[in-house]
Amino acid sequence: MMDLIVNLVSGLSLGSIYALIALGYTMVYGIAKMLNFAHGDIIMVGAFTVITTVSMLGLPPALGIIASIVCCVVLGVCVERIAYKPLRKAQPLAVLITAIGVSYFLQSLALLIFGSTQHSFPKIITVPAIEIGGLTIQGNMLVTLAVTTIIMVAMSLFIAKSRTGKAMRAVSEDRDAAELMGISVNRTITITFAIGSALAAVAGVFYCTTYGFIGPYTGSMPGIKAFVAAVFGGIGSIPGAMLGGILLGVIENLAKRYISTELSDAIVFAVLIIVLMVKPTGLLGKRVNEKV
Amino acid sequence: MNKMVPLPSKAIVPERDADKLPILDVRHLGIDFGGLTAVDDFNFTMGRTEIGGLIGPNGAGKTTVFNLLTNVYRPTRGSILVDGVDTLGMSTHQVNKLGIARTFQNIRLFSNMTVLDNVKVGLHNSTKSNLWASVTHGFGYYKAERQAKERALELLSVFHMQDLAGAEAGSLPYGAQRRLEIVRALATDPGIMLLDEPAAGMNPSETTELMENIRKIRDTFQIAIMLIEHDMSLVMGICEGIAVLNYGKIIAKGTPDEIKSNPAVIEAYLGKKGA
Amino acid sequence: MDSIKKKRKPLTSNLITLAIVCVLFAVVFILVETGNATRHMRSMLVPICINIILAVSLNLTVGFLGELTLGHAGFMSVGAYAGCLFSIAMEEILPMALRFPLAMLVGGLVAACFGVLIGIPVLRLHGDYLAIVTLAFGEIIRSIIINLEFTGGAAGLKGTPQDSTFVIAFVVVLITLVVIMNLVNSRHGRAITAIRDNRIAAEACGINVTYFRMLAFVIAAFFAGVAGVLYGHNLSILSASTFDYNKSIELLVIVVLGGMGSIRGSVISAIIITVLPEALRELDDFRMLIYALVLIVMMILNASPRFAALKGKLNYKALADAVRAKSASSKANKGGQTHE
Repeated sequence: MMDLIVNLVSGLSLGSIYALIALGYTMVYGIAKMLNFAHGDIIMVGAFTVITTVSMLGLPPALGIIASIVCCVVLGVCVERIAYKPLRKAQPLAVLITAIGVSYFLQSLALLIFGSTQHSFPKIITVPAIEIGGLTIQGNMLVTLAVTTIIMVAMSLFIAKSRTGKAMRAVSEDRDAAELMGISVNRTITITFAIGSALAAVAGVFYCTTYGFIGPYTGSMPGIKAFVAAVFGGIGSIPGAMLGGILLGVIENLAKRYISTELSDAIVFAVLIIVLMVKPTGLLGKRVNEKV
Repeated sequence: MNKMVPLPSKAIVPERDADKLPILDVRHLGIDFGGLTAVDDFNFTMGRTEIGGLIGPNGAGKTTVFNLLTNVYRPTRGSILVDGVDTLGMSTHQVNKLGIARTFQNIRLFSNMTVLDNVKVGLHNSTKSNLWASVTHGFGYYKAERQAKERALELLSVFHMQDLAGAEAGSLPYGAQRRLEIVRALATDPGIMLLDEPAAGMNPSETTELMENIRKIRDTFQIAIMLIEHDMSLVMGICEGIAVLNYGKIIAKGTPDEIKSNPAVIEAYLGKKGA
Repeated sequence: MDSIKKKRKPLTSNLITLAIVCVLFAVVFILVETGNATRHMRSMLVPICINIILAVSLNLTVGFLGELTLGHAGFMSVGAYAGCLFSIAMEEILPMALRFPLAMLVGGLVAACFGVLIGIPVLRLHGDYLAIVTLAFGEIIRSIIINLEFTGGAAGLKGTPQDSTFVIAFVVVLITLVVIMNLVNSRHGRAITAIRDNRIAAEACGINVTYFRMLAFVIAAFFAGVAGVLYGHNLSILSASTFDYNKSIELLVIVVLGGMGSIRGSVISAIIITVLPEALRELDDFRMLIYALVLIVMMILNASPRFAALKGKLNYKALADAVRAKSASSKANKGGQTHE
């Protein structure tokens, strides 16, 4: 029983990291209608920024995290401007291939700069573990849970209430109509990429703190998992991404603990398939009927 | 000129079709979307060579009726008999094999394919060529393809479009695209063809030509044609029986002359007098 | 009317593709036979053929059916393992001339069976949902193979006879090309393309959409399986880790770069994408960087209207038309002169 609770908590913590990444994925998908395959690699860039600033330059962790967020935001916006913007009117597959190209580019750039060896990630979250009734819960998990919860609540409020959030929803619903209403579509897309990248940077810090190591290809698996999480919850749906991410993390952790470590990824994918069979547009996705 | 006679089921069809099984017999058809009733108690019969019209204000549910007839939507109530066979639970392609072909309000051509290939897709079920022949291009492939091509050109010639056979369908002018859709529907060898606003976007002379062609198709192929149209000159000019739909319900049925003088129809189109 | 586009006859285009492939084969074959090819070059010939088969078959689902699938490597791996296990079991019993074709058939059929099994749930979905589910299936297949005993697990499968030769691989390429090109230009291919262009209209034309989507999916899976068998018989160790989603993505890149729905494009692009990384070998770590940049730049150029206009000018058909127009006008001028 204790064991189960501990695993649930660590699953929640992992899941909330996935949720943060999935949030970025789903926002970009909703607004730019593209699968940003390079989103996972933004995580890697963010983590390497922390390594550079904290481990190599010896800056305090807080500064390192800020640097990582800034770096990712700049990168995300640049990638959007340079690689995706010229393809606004191209077919979706061309955009997908470009995103794959960006992903390869970031990976090989990291490979050139940092080499193929795994770097150990600095311990920047130094909160002691706590004990509740015989349960030991690690400090970094608590921080992860607390921070991701705050971010998710803030994001939900931002999208529901703020002017920019409304603009985002409008663009995601109907780009042309939003443009006619005086919303700058390009600016909205840029902001979306900036927010998504910032979320990825934060997620990267937590992800690498959990796993302790980082290499040029570290970003691709959480990237794919977040994609799965976003689809799981209904791609384009913000609460769906959060729910999908958290469920995915919990399922993965429980599968690892109680079934098989090697098969845990396969189990996650199998659950995704089963969910899509029952609900073809994900848990919270809207069903769009084609008008005949 | 065309006398309409009652059938046992209280429906009316042209006199010449009276002793034959109706090609389409729709009874108490209805569909709800969520809580909203889009079509209710729709009763309609089409004789085997009848040209029928379905008219009504925008949003009355005309296209929904077509979608119900082709099983794109599942009806909530009622039944559809095509050539005496209930289509309940069939998929759209099975309904097509039974004999219903249609065109679409917003043109749906295979726009990257040639005009000829569009018609050949319509001939899909009458082209005798199995998978093995398709893969090897032997076993009667060339014969089947030649026959399909001849038939397709023959059908295209109804609208004098045979010279456009090699053109990309998506690059055709609007009117030609509408005509191609009709040819493609005709290619499926239907018993009844549903035309959804065939004259939309056409000028008066094109509309007159279309009207003649629709009549010509009925006479040559001996099929029934049911059309949704807003152009009253077209509807009143060629339809033998007309049903008027408003808010999902049939408010009037009859010959063009009867419809023209029906007060309920005038009210639906023009609003209540003195209001 | 100017805006009406005429389409080129597919038959001629297919014959040109086959001719190009055969000429290339002849040239390479002569180079190899006369000893003018380096060992390095020779080692790339079978992989090129394998990638051509994979790309052309993936083009059937992505280009002609219009559905993005990211699980092609999964079918390849199933075929590879089935074929290799068959060959290992039959090594003592059957001669190579019989064993290898049978192994390819077995690999292809097993992959096709997986295509049916996976297709039933997957083909209920569309678009990005279909993409992620095919990716998921590919990853599940890989995880399972790694965790099974008889597949050699994570260490890989050893002991497969190395039967793949350039000539055999080329023959399989030819068969694949002929089958897929024939299929595309047939009643069945038309149905598949019609579904891509407009699913609802295709259904209204009496096409059983479920059946034809499945058909395209299964045929693609079959050839992926055959390619897998060739792959397995070209190496001493077959390892499941090579068949991850990155392999599927690489194949997708080949298809998109070559042009969706263009078989010739797939062939050319498969050759380039296989050779390019090897040609850039000396650049070592920089080659992925260059590859990535090439990919991005190609996509952006392809979408840019100015580049499209340039391509239109360079198109040989446009050139021929221009020449014809010129000669026609000069003839007309001459005619005018004689009249005066």
